[in-house]
Amino acid sequence: MMREWFKTGAPWVWLNAAAVSLSLIMVFGLLALIAIRGLGHFWPADVASIRYVEKANEQPITLAGEIVDQQVLKPELAKAAGYTPEQAAAGLTQYLVKTGNRDISGLDFRWLLGKDIKKTDYPENLMVLERREWGNFYGYLDTIKENGKVVAQGEQAWTVLEERMVRTLDIFEQIKDIEKGEIGAINYQLERLRLKERKLELEGKLNTRAKQEIAAEKLEFEKKYQGLQANLADLNQEIRRDSLTATVASGRKVEIPLEKIVLYYQPNAMSFLQKIGHYGAKAWEFVSEEPREANTEGGVFPAIFGTIMMVMIMAVIVTPFGVIAAIYMREYAKQGILTRIIRIAVNNLAGVPSIVYGVFGLGFFVYILGGNIDSLFFPEALPAPTYGTPGMFWASLTLALLTLPVVIVSTEEGLSRVPKSIREGSLALGATKAETLWLTVLPMASPAMMTGLILAVARAAGEVAPLMLVGVVKLAPTLPLDGNFPFMHLDRKFMHLGFHIYDVGFQSPNVEAARPLVYATSLLLVMVIISLNLFAVNIRNHLREKYKALEN
Amino acid sequence: MSSEPVRTHAIDMSAIAQKNQSNKGKNETSIQIQDLNLFYGEKQALHGINMEIPKKQVTAYIGPSGCGKSTLLRCINRMNDLVDIARIEGKISIEGKDIYQPGVDVAELRRHVGMVFQKPNPFPKSIYENVAYGLRIQGINDRRILDEVVEKSLRGAAIWDEVKDRLQDNALGISGGQQQRLVIARAIAIEPTILLLDEPSSALDPISSLKIEELINELKETYTIVIVTHNMQQAARVSDYTAFMYMGDLIEFGDTNTIFTNPEKKQTEDYITGRYG
Repeated sequence: MMREWFKTGAPWVWLNAAAVSLSLIMVFGLLALIAIRGLGHFWPADVASIRYVEKANEQPITLAGEIVDQQVLKPELAKAAGYTPEQAAAGLTQYLVKTGNRDISGLDFRWLLGKDIKKTDYPENLMVLERREWGNFYGYLDTIKENGKVVAQGEQAWTVLEERMVRTLDIFEQIKDIEKGEIGAINYQLERLRLKERKLELEGKLNTRAKQEIAAEKLEFEKKYQGLQANLADLNQEIRRDSLTATVASGRKVEIPLEKIVLYYQPNAMSFLQKIGHYGAKAWEFVSEEPREANTEGGVFPAIFGTIMMVMIMAVIVTPFGVIAAIYMREYAKQGILTRIIRIAVNNLAGVPSIVYGVFGLGFFVYILGGNIDSLFFPEALPAPTYGTPGMFWASLTLALLTLPVVIVSTEEGLSRVPKSIREGSLALGATKAETLWLTVLPMASPAMMTGLILAVARAAGEVAPLMLVGVVKLAPTLPLDGNFPFMHLDRKFMHLGFHIYDVGFQSPNVEAARPLVYATSLLLVMVIISLNLFAVNIRNHLREKYKALEN
Repeated sequence: MSSEPVRTHAIDMSAIAQKNQSNKGKNETSIQIQDLNLFYGEKQALHGINMEIPKKQVTAYIGPSGCGKSTLLRCINRMNDLVDIARIEGKISIEGKDIYQPGVDVAELRRHVGMVFQKPNPFPKSIYENVAYGLRIQGINDRRILDEVVEKSLRGAAIWDEVKDRLQDNALGISGGQQQRLVIARAIAIEPTILLLDEPSSALDPISSLKIEELINELKETYTIVIVTHNMQQAARVSDYTAFMYMGDLIEFGDTNTIFTNPEKKQTEDYITGRYG
């Protein structure tokens, strides 16, 4: 009976189906976990006002904050903490509350014991402020002040706050534009002038005329700079005009300048639709803004940008090299022992731990190649290195080296799958070998090249270890692409989503605040890789459709 | 054995008789093969082949599988150069010129000696681009010339009416028989003088096969045709001359009529009457 069943092959079908299901469950489970943990971060959670007995036989204190987690204390731990065995056995629930106000209380997360919480309610006028420093603020709005004088209080205060915040945020944007954009450009030009002067000096061509010209240009820029500086001073004066006062849960009154506020809302008073709007705005901020507060607040745009740009430069470098190498090995090289050894070596290269590539990149690309480039082409900047330091270009080059085997192997595969009859057909029409390759074989092998590129992109986008050695930093002040000539600054250091996850998760001073960001960033990284892949898969399918002779 | 009557019932004798009529007065030599030996590594695949293939006639190679028909055919446009281990001795001259001499431009040679393979092998491009391929290689990109040649070639290969409305469609989308005629059109687009057909209809259904045969009859007005075939009826129907090969040797070469009705060698007779092969 059993043997019969085995003979039918059904057990193997079941086994295969089980393996496939398990893999799918793992993939979707992983995605679901990071999605749930990460996406919840942007939801405006209700803020509770909690009466809490901190010390027995004392008046309860009042706290305000978001309840972010809860767990049951293990009996052993409870006993060790000095609770009676009965209490411990009954199970003590602990709540993790984000109380914010780090500037006031020193802590922004607290564990509270469930049995000591006397009362929890959600007052509608409890306000959350996201600040540029010190994290969130929780409290009750009292008054709005203009130049130290109260202009609104009570019911009115919230409406006035809304008006004044629009103005403040607008001024803030202007200041940022001037500082980052225009002053940044002037500084860049001044630096280029300095380098130009130094270069002329090194070449011995720095005569009086050149000096005068440079000085004149410098003066021009400095004049512009003075103008902007004055403008900036005015704006700074403007932005400091308004402030608000608020009462925190413990009763203390504080004054907060409006310029320090990014976002203000009363979550308990928000309708569901408003919450969705808030969620969308926060999610958009996450993907489009720069990080704040040691990367634990704000967005990750520079990291997304850096990741994608690096992968694209990598693809541009690795494709021609890989394809040309594969063509030579498959079409031109004599298929002997030497070719076999090279092929084995290439395959093994794919198995080298990535950090080794990082070390190689640092030692060879950055120090040797970069160092020589600096002394040959950028002597004016020395001793400050231009290319002799980790940067975008070296990171892309290192990853190109890392992914080269994948591209070579799949291109070779594709070339070997082009039927002999097609090649013969072309040769029989009087085409040379090169013409046959170029006109017929390579187009037909292009889907395989794309497959190689897809694998390369998937690997490169997720790689972190080698990047830490050759160009990724925690916080890059400027993007590697901007409006200053020559627009692409491949010598610059950059941010990367993978490294950002590591940095936020493990190098951050505020672990609790960073945790949801780790998940959110992971989700984003996965999505970036998936969309890069989908893009390439799309191109490949298009090519496959076009050159579908292989199936015949 | 020889006492048995020659079984020729399957062969259309009148077609052969007709062909003999047209043979008269056309005896110029197009391809001359002299003492041709071919080795695949240590193994000798062709033994001292000598034959003269006449101009603007159809010459058929017949013989059992593995006898060297295709190998011999592929010597004529040097397709065997692609096989690393193949080595050739002897001489093949086309119009008096030795094609194995050093310094011969192989691509140029193949432009004069077109070839059609057993399995249709259109490129994964449009029908138009398939036919224009050979011209584009020669650097001809003038749309007017291309249009003209494509139409002429497709008409020449008797496929124009079937594909004229979808020239820009992928060539892989048409039927096998159409593909084979397209490949013939592609071959004649560059105006070769010789056409080599390597079992051109063996992968096709009988009707497509018949169309190819009709086409061969038309094409021989313009081209010298050498065809390899497994199908003896086909050889009898389309060819003017027939060469019977066996184990790398050319056993007998002569008038198709003679080979099929009155072969000199017993081996030929045995093969034709179906005793082996």
